Parts: sequence; structure tokens; C-alpha cells
Amino acid sequence: MKKFLPLIILAVLFVLPLIGLSSYMMHILVLVVMYSMIGMAWNLLGGYCGQVSFGHAAFFGMGAYSAGLLYHHLGLSAWWGLLISVPVLTVFSLMIGFICLRLRGPYFALATLAMGEVFRVTAENLVKFTGGDVGILIRERTWVVKTWYYYIILLLGIGAFLLVKKVIESKWGYYFVSIREDQDAASSLGINTTLYKTIALCLSGALTGVAGAFYMNYMGYIDPKIVFALHDISIVTIMVVMVGGVATYWGPTVGAIIMVFLAELIRSNPSLGVAHQTLFGILLIIIIIFLPNGIVGDFTKLRKLFRLGGTPT
Amino acid sequence: MSLLEIREVSKRFGGLTALSNVSYSVHQGEILGLIGPNGAGKTTLFNVVNGFYPPSKGEVLFKGERISHLQPYQICKFGIGRTFQVVRPLQRMTVLDNVIASAFLRAKNKEDAKEMALEALRFTGLYEDKDLISKGLPLGKRKKLEITRALATKPEMLLLDESFAGLNPSEQNELIDIIRQIRAKGITIMIIEHHMKVIMSLSDRVVVLNYGQKIAEGTPKEIGSNPLVIEAYLGDAESA
Repeated sequence: MKKFLPLIILAVLFVLPLIGLSSYMMHILVLVVMYSMIGMAWNLLGGYCGQVSFGHAAFFGMGAYSAGLLYHHLGLSAWWGLLISVPVLTVFSLMIGFICLRLRGPYFALATLAMGEVFRVTAENLVKFTGGDVGILIRERTWVVKTWYYYIILLLGIGAFLLVKKVIESKWGYYFVSIREDQDAASSLGINTTLYKTIALCLSGALTGVAGAFYMNYMGYIDPKIVFALHDISIVTIMVVMVGGVATYWGPTVGAIIMVFLAELIRSNPSLGVAHQTLFGILLIIIIIFLPNGIVGDFTKLRKLFRLGGTPT
Repeated sequence: MSLLEIREVSKRFGGLTALSNVSYSVHQGEILGLIGPNGAGKTTLFNVVNGFYPPSKGEVLFKGERISHLQPYQICKFGIGRTFQVVRPLQRMTVLDNVIASAFLRAKNKEDAKEMALEALRFTGLYEDKDLISKGLPLGKRKKLEITRALATKPEMLLLDESFAGLNPSEQNELIDIIRQIRAKGITIMIIEHHMKVIMSLSDRVVVLNYGQKIAEGTPKEIGSNPLVIEAYLGDAESA
């Protein structure tokens, strides 16, 4: 049964659009898959390698802008952004890593937080290049219905999932976890910690950038406040992983389902809408106290307690 | 033949001199004990050899090559493994995964790494515990795990930092056996230890540090009767 679970989930995900969901529901599904992809990317760096980033909006926005600018300046289809964002983000990750990865623990987190804001302010002020606060609008939409967007992000999400799984089960994965657990011990066991932290950052940055490039195509409009948003991107990404389960394969997906639906639920209630960030904060506190390993992480523990099966992670 | 040569190494932290002009060499295949009162600079010396600290002055040579400007991971690749005084296993990993992570240094692929890790675990007697999460291991086994991890990197030389601290007598005896077996494999060992009984029975030679200076070097017997060493441990006879 457990062996087939991923296949069943996959089949359900592929069939979902065919049952005639409303356009609004499709939008939510797209967001769920997109946030779970960003969560997987964050998990690679923050969950497995232990380098907690508060600035993943920098990568997301950079990906969105590399797609948007292709259209804006060169008149190319923004879909090329899905490809272009990978090398662009790798280079930017190397640069960010060169600065931030010298720092450890909370200092790294603060540096990435600053980095996200630096990118936002830069995008706002390079008016000639990025269009500033006016943002970038794609005038001709590829599809009106959301089904194809959903299938594209679904494929990207599955790709990200498989990539993360492959990496974590390889030598790199062992090295990432070793670095998370104790950097000094890792380096005295022959692990080049700077190199492997940089690899984790580049992979994570590139995956997040691809999600950003998709966002540009999907929404058709971006501006710096949306794609470089501290709370709506950077913080929500962390919450997705924390709620779902840090350093688990399925954690980001479970977290994204909960977070996206919760956000919509709260926002659609006029008396609660303005307080949605407050409620997220409270949720995060509850999760940290009672389920420090997230829903997926502690679910394993519960199953073990009741001897219902092995360890799915 | 000397495998490791420490040449006039000094290490200063601001105004504090942790090591001053320490020179000695470790011969191929021997067990060298490094002793001294608390704060004598033993762990600092390990950190210099291991690459955590660059020496302020002097140099360290391994197999005739200067290693004192290298990073810890490079020194490990050169063939020096180490354990820590405060045990640092990768807490949330299983015992086996801990050892696999370090076996990757010399392994071609994952199967190879697993094979090497299992071999190292059998050697130190941790095979039965291989599926446990290392956080829950008792101290004696965690100390063994540290040694296993260092061994999995296939070192030519092993630096053991107080591997016996906190062990009960039967665990101590077990570890003495393991260390002798490691030496029998041809691995040179430098060990920091406070248990005199252990150090005197294990070591071929002993180096004594006090206030960052080497005050004596010789066989355990010579050290035991050296007046400078006795003074360092028991205090000056006249002021007492």
C-alpha cells in the first residue's frame, strides 16, 4: 500500500482538473503546487543543510524578473524564463553565497533577510531596467483557462520533488545533513563545508527561481512588492516547511496545502482578513511548541509509537 | 621515521599565549600520549594539527609536507582523523548514516561507502547499534562512534581527544583494546588523556605540556619520574 501511495497521489493530482473545478479552485491548486515547490527548494538549504534562509523572496523575485525582463526588453515569450532562470539564479546564488555563507546560524538568517530586502529595493529603483513600482505586465496571456498552467507547475513540482529526493539520497545529501548537525565535526571528517553549502544554496536558489519564472507567466503581472515580498514569500515559505515538516520529503507539500487553504479561508472572511498574518504567527508558535518536526515529521513519530509501520522518510 | 612533525608551533589568542614554541614529532606506528594539567594547550595543539587554527608561528609537517596552511577537510583527506573532547555525533542521524557520511571521503559510490561504514562499525563493536539514532546513545557508545567515524575516513593518523573521559572501568578496558587494534592496523595515534593508568599503559612515548610549553618528552617510565612533570601536576614542593 505504502509503495503505491505516491502513485495514487500522482494520479489524483493529474485527474483533479478534469472533474470540473471552478477557476478559483484551480487557482488555489496552482498556488499549492507552487508553494510546495518553493518549500522543497527551501527545505534543501534550510531543512537538510541547516542554513535557514529568511530571504527566499530574493530568488523567487529574481526568477520572476528574469522571465519578465525577457518579455519586457527583448519581446521574447516569458516562458523562456523557466529555462533562463536556472543559470541566472545559479550565478546570483553564487554571489549571495559568497557573501552570506561566511556567516553561521542566526547571522546567516539575518544576512539573507537583508538580501531579500536589498533585491526588492533595487528592483524598485532601477526604473529604466525593471519598470520600478509600475511592474511588468504581459499583455497577451497564453491560456485563459488555468488547466494548462496547473499541469505545467505540477510537472515542475514533480521534477523538484524527484531532484530533491535524488540529491538527498546521494553523497551530497549525507554531506548536507552532516553540515547541519555540526559544521566543525563535518569539516574534520573531510567535508568541504563551504563548497557543499554553496551547492545547496545554488540548487535551492535555482528551483525557487524556476517557480518565480512560472509565477510571472501565470499571473501575467509582477512588481517588486509582490515577488520580493518578505511576508508573502520569504516567511510563508518558511511556514510551509515548518508546518509540513522540516527535512522530510512530503513536508513542503503538506505544509503548502494547509497554508494556502488556510490563507484563503482567513482572507475570505472579512472580519478576519486583515489579521491573517497575526493568525499565521500564532499558528507558527503552536507548531513550534507542539509539533517541532512539523506534521509529517511528527506523524512518523506517532506511527512508530503505535507500531503501525516503518519510517516513510 | 617521523610521520608528523610539529616545528616550533606557537598559538596566541590576543594577549594569551596558548602554545609557545612546541616542537616534537610523532613516529610512524606509535601511540603518543599528550598530557598536561587543564589549560595546558593540548586541545589547542590538536586544533592546530587538525587545521581549525592556523599556528601564529611555526609549522606542522605530515609525511614531510607542510599542512599548517590547509583547511580541516584537506588535512582529513591527507590522512589525519580526529575525535572531539565533547562528543559531536551528527545527532539526528542513525549510527550507520553517521559513519557513511564520513566514509564517502574515500568511497567511490554509496554502496562502497556503506560497505566501508559497516566494516568500521564491526571493528569498533557498534554493529548491533547501527540503526539507532545517535542522539540516544550512552556516552561510552558515542565515544566509540566518534572513533568509528574518524576511522571510516581511512586515516593514517588518528588524534584522540580525551576518549576515555566519563567511561566506566569496563568501557575503558574495551576502548584500550580497540585502540591497540587500531595501532595494529598500522594507524599512528596521538592521544590526549587525563587517566594516568590508561596513558601509561597505552603510550609508547609521552609528551607533557604545561602553560603552552613542552616540559618533557619520553617513555612513560621516564615521564613518571621527571621532577618537572611532578611539579606541574602536584605543585612546587617549596610553596606547598
